[in-house]
Amino acid sequence: MSRRQAAQNARAKHRTELLRQMIRIRRFEERCVELYSAARIRGFMHLYIGEEAVAAGILQAVGAGDAVVSTYREHGHALARGLPMDAVLAEMYGRTTGCSRGRGGSMHLFDASRRFYGGNAIVGGGLPVAVGLALADAMRGRPQVTVCLFGDGAVAEGEFHECLNLAALWRLPVLFCCENNLYAMGTRLDRAQAEVDLAVRAASYGMQARAVDGMDVLAVAEAADQAVEKIRTEPRPQFLELRTYRFRAHSMYDPDRYRDKSEIERWKEADPIPRLKHRMTEDGELTGRRAAAIEADVDREINAAIEAAEAGPLEPVEDLTRFVYSERP
Amino acid sequence: MTTYREALRAGLRDALEHDERTFLMGEDVGRYGGCFAVSLGLLEEFGPDRVRDTPLSESAFVGAGIGAALGGMRPIVEIMTVNFSLLALDQILNNAATLLHMSGGQLNVPLVIRMTTGAGRQLAAQHSHSLEGWYAHIPGLRIVAPATMEDARGMLWTAVQDPDPVLLFEHGTLYNVSGELAPDAGAVDIDHAVIRRPGTDVTLIAYGGTLRTALDAAGELADSGVDAEVLDLRTLRPLDEPAILDSIARTHRLVVVDEGWRSGSLSAEIAARVAEKALYELDAPIERVCTAEVPIPYAQQLEHAALPQQADVVAAARRAVG
Repeated sequence: MSRRQAAQNARAKHRTELLRQMIRIRRFEERCVELYSAARIRGFMHLYIGEEAVAAGILQAVGAGDAVVSTYREHGHALARGLPMDAVLAEMYGRTTGCSRGRGGSMHLFDASRRFYGGNAIVGGGLPVAVGLALADAMRGRPQVTVCLFGDGAVAEGEFHECLNLAALWRLPVLFCCENNLYAMGTRLDRAQAEVDLAVRAASYGMQARAVDGMDVLAVAEAADQAVEKIRTEPRPQFLELRTYRFRAHSMYDPDRYRDKSEIERWKEADPIPRLKHRMTEDGELTGRRAAAIEADVDREINAAIEAAEAGPLEPVEDLTRFVYSERP
Repeated sequence: MTTYREALRAGLRDALEHDERTFLMGEDVGRYGGCFAVSLGLLEEFGPDRVRDTPLSESAFVGAGIGAALGGMRPIVEIMTVNFSLLALDQILNNAATLLHMSGGQLNVPLVIRMTTGAGRQLAAQHSHSLEGWYAHIPGLRIVAPATMEDARGMLWTAVQDPDPVLLFEHGTLYNVSGELAPDAGAVDIDHAVIRRPGTDVTLIAYGGTLRTALDAAGELADSGVDAEVLDLRTLRPLDEPAILDSIARTHRLVVVDEGWRSGSLSAEIAARVAEKALYELDAPIERVCTAEVPIPYAQQLEHAALPQQADVVAAARRAVG
């Protein structure tokens, strides 16, 4: 095999993996809607449909030793981080087999073994924790990166400003990823922020910051790779604004009265999944058969996860107060 | 002789020397030497990596303490006063106290937060409140209040070893208090209340800044033939309920001295538990001596009138013994 062909194969493999991850998240979320309607999942649930390129593109850039801090719209982050779908869905079913033993639900997915620090449902609340994780790595001389995902709503919180400043001041290895889906629940960015160019604001704290087309998974992956590489060679925070859009309402309770249907339809034209498929097809990297096989694989995985969640045991009520404090010998 | 401040500093030095995972961070803990000079000299001794000055960003640096604890460190965070801790309340409640349970037992947070509490120094309403009772409301936290030299010296190390978040409240009027401290003083438990003065006629429960008030009141009561027992709570959450009930079983009378406001206070919790579990042991209604329900005022006579005083405790004890 020529060097050129090897590179082409590697590229095709990488793109296929990104596509597979995005389809996995999309189909998972679609099934979650059905399961929510059937009352198998309760509570607040925030869907990631439309934003898949961000999770897939960002999280492919980091390794098992790196840390990830996320938000309440985190099903996609959890899946892209490698949390087993069984454990994620079982959590939403409130089962002991869930990744938080049924104590967290949709908004609080955790997996210490994969350094996935949740699942924070206070907007902006994850940023200080991410700074601390990076501080620990820096103080121990570990070459790791902490990825901190949050939405555009968090930019209005004091923690955003406190944490970007602190991370830059102390030169901490944090990759701040702002998923700008244009709405903080129902409030559009320009109704809440005097300066809507979020990268400009991040840059004012003395870190490299750029905006990326968050609907283009290849652009996201490339930006994330570069940022992570930079952080590893010269520990300092970096900021990415991922310009994206959620196709569904804020949560299952949201009647979505605050935006035009035409706006949603317009953004759907930039849907990251067909966009990557089109690109790969043009480049001869994807056939209809291959795409169908990915869909079938994903379908099997989801069916198995549902079956496992349905069969998962419930935490006994006697264990209600376990884990309020650490268990001591 | 040593001061409460020096005893705290010795505890900090001990932790920094004996566990390389520990570090101190907060506003002006380094170059300034600590707002109340507790950490004076530690920057020179341990360097800026481990005695870390922070910007005025309470939420960020308390949350960073939580993250660093998750990352394997044993951070000690200093917040200047409990009033300022409200800027970090989200991190303390929604993360530090909650992560272990919410993650199904995966993420414990071995973090110590020290802060100054209490009034008595004419610092007015935004530097003087006693809000430790609020924190004692929260499952997942351990709340301690050193009132003696031994506890100022020894509680920190035990707190640093704890796998879960511990909040340590230092009463502002104690820093300059001096007393004897054994040269070999070291770690103390943070589980139990301690009887500081045994007695038979009435139990005075106090902690932190009010312990001295209760002991002085007991001395005054002794002059008039009332033998008061003084119980120092030491740990406000979890409460050492057996120690409280044991004392009531001996004295049958209770006065709770609490610098918090009466409504919804720690004193209310103690009174309720005694009413639930030892009502028939009581020979008199429970008495509470608390801070008047006002923001702490500046003027000396007003501040004095707002706070639990020795005379108030003596009067309450006299009512109880009848």
